[in-house]
Amino acid sequence: MPEPYASYGSNTDAPQTAARPAGSTGAAIRLEHLTKIYPGNPAPAVDDVSMEIKAGETVVFVGPSGCGKSTTLKMINRLIEPTSGRIRIGDEDVTAIDPVGLRRKVGYAIQASGLFPHMTVAQNIALVPRMTGWSKARTRARVEEMLDLVGLDPGEFHHRYPRQLSGGQQQRVGVARALAADPPVLLMDEPFGAVDPITRDHLQDELIRLQHELHKTIVFVTHDFDEAIKLGDRIAVLRERSHIAQFDTPEAILTNPADDFVSGFVGAGAALKRLNLTRVRDVEVVDFPTAQLDDPLQSIFDLLRDGPTNEVLLLDRHRRPYKWLRRGDLSRAKQSLARAGTLVTDTVTRDATLRDALEAVLTDSAGRVPVTGRRGEFLGVVDMETLMNNVHELLEADRLEALEHQHELRALGAHRTQLAQEGLDGAGGPEGGAGGRA
Amino acid sequence: MSFWEYVGSRHAQLLTDTFQHASAVFQCMVIATVLGVVLAVATYRSEWAGALATMTTATILTIPSLAMIGLLIPVVGLGVAPTVVALTLYGLLPVVRNAIVGLRGVDPALVDAAKGIGMSRTARLFRVELPLAWPPILTGIRVATQMLMGIAAIAAFASGPGLGNEIFRGIASLGSANALNQVLSGTLGIVVLALLFDAAYVLIGRLTIPRGIRA
Repeated sequence: MPEPYASYGSNTDAPQTAARPAGSTGAAIRLEHLTKIYPGNPAPAVDDVSMEIKAGETVVFVGPSGCGKSTTLKMINRLIEPTSGRIRIGDEDVTAIDPVGLRRKVGYAIQASGLFPHMTVAQNIALVPRMTGWSKARTRARVEEMLDLVGLDPGEFHHRYPRQLSGGQQQRVGVARALAADPPVLLMDEPFGAVDPITRDHLQDELIRLQHELHKTIVFVTHDFDEAIKLGDRIAVLRERSHIAQFDTPEAILTNPADDFVSGFVGAGAALKRLNLTRVRDVEVVDFPTAQLDDPLQSIFDLLRDGPTNEVLLLDRHRRPYKWLRRGDLSRAKQSLARAGTLVTDTVTRDATLRDALEAVLTDSAGRVPVTGRRGEFLGVVDMETLMNNVHELLEADRLEALEHQHELRALGAHRTQLAQEGLDGAGGPEGGAGGRA
Repeated sequence: MSFWEYVGSRHAQLLTDTFQHASAVFQCMVIATVLGVVLAVATYRSEWAGALATMTTATILTIPSLAMIGLLIPVVGLGVAPTVVALTLYGLLPVVRNAIVGLRGVDPALVDAAKGIGMSRTARLFRVELPLAWPPILTGIRVATQMLMGIAAIAAFASGPGLGNEIFRGIASLGSANALNQVLSGTLGIVVLALLFDAAYVLIGRLTIPRGIRA
């Protein structure tokens, strides 16, 4: 019997997910022909969804409202019982086990946090550990640990009630509660839908940081494609009845959308969005002549005269970028370093996205921006040329990879047709296939 | 004899009556609360069952209290029994109605969250739904208690306990020296009791409603 999920498996060698460390605490999730039909409605709300989510991977379901993405998510912890199909988490078939026990092993975070208003932050977080039979002392230690993990000071927030927190803080506590009993799988149903854009951005960064530490298997539902690109290792673009239009890495979806539906969802500016997926650390920064503030004036003069450019970057005592100094600036400022040059207004860190870097480069009058390390120390410079070259390389690499996937799929399709003709696989795979790009 | 002289001379009897009145209302309220909440929990999830429970208890409330106690005498006899039955029945409506409204008013997202993190049906009810519905339930209990304070006076009609005895004795001997004093002392006693109970409920509210959902 041929493997019916091979079409999804074709993406498994995507570099981003392959780079996950072996010590992952996540568990693989496998949905097999999940269907949900509500009584009184002949059309299924979710129609024959099959997919495989690898351990430690973040998969984002994205699609228009009412496409069944939330329903599909809720079938994983059986808040909605599937009409047919099977769910496996790790090696276990959870389709028929006690749903209460299952849900204690699957973290669940929802929109507007879902915190219980009559319980304190600590009580909310302690719920699942206590229900699973942890001792009081262990639970207490865990609550502190979780608050720390989501960036809230345990001493300050422990005894607060949810209504005494801002929306963003509530959402953090919601995530802490979902993770408290250390479940291998975390389901998130539009968790950041109800917070303002700035807070949402912070929370997304936070989730990325958390996931770097924890390596859970996260299934995340959103209708915001930009959020999907930012968070997902892989994205499942769903159309109505939860049919998978495309299930692939964000890079592949951006550079090679499967069809008009997906490209409509990706929206305009795919190349710009692509910049969000690469960080400054992944591109080459160029070196730039620098001088220290307390260097003798003569050596700075020499550097300006003999250096490769007619400009140096002055660093302060902690090697942080301080001023741009051009040839001639010094003489105009009557040899006083304090008055010469232009202050550095913008820097980017190695963790900034290329989009942030581009923004900074575009606003800088000379089209370059210093890159700084963890303590703000100077590491190099990104300029327009570096960015352009890198983006071209990235897009080219994406395109090649997408083409490769396409070839694999075609080969697979041909193999299947052959099998079908030989009468070995009459049923065939799920309709269309997830990554089925024509 | 002035009113205060009357109260002074009969204070032992008055205190006994007051205590019995308070005790009857309190005990009936406890039974009505338990029954009412159980009834609400059993019916709130079904549209028609909830409506049926509210309607039945509302119908009971429309029966005049004098008639209710009179009708109960042939069934349960005289004394404490008809008082307890009548008071409990009258106390049900506010509790049932507020409990149903309170339980139905719990944000479905919270129930969903409770389910999603693995709470069993019972845990959901006792740790999420009932605590969140508690403020309206307590209001229902408070309203019911105020009502029962007055209705309990009628219990004396069936030889029941309480301050109603003072009032009935006064009315029966209207025109005699102490008739007015008797009616007045019974009535004032009930008013004072009602105020004391109300104060107690405010205190109970402060103690039992978590700060996170206190208005």
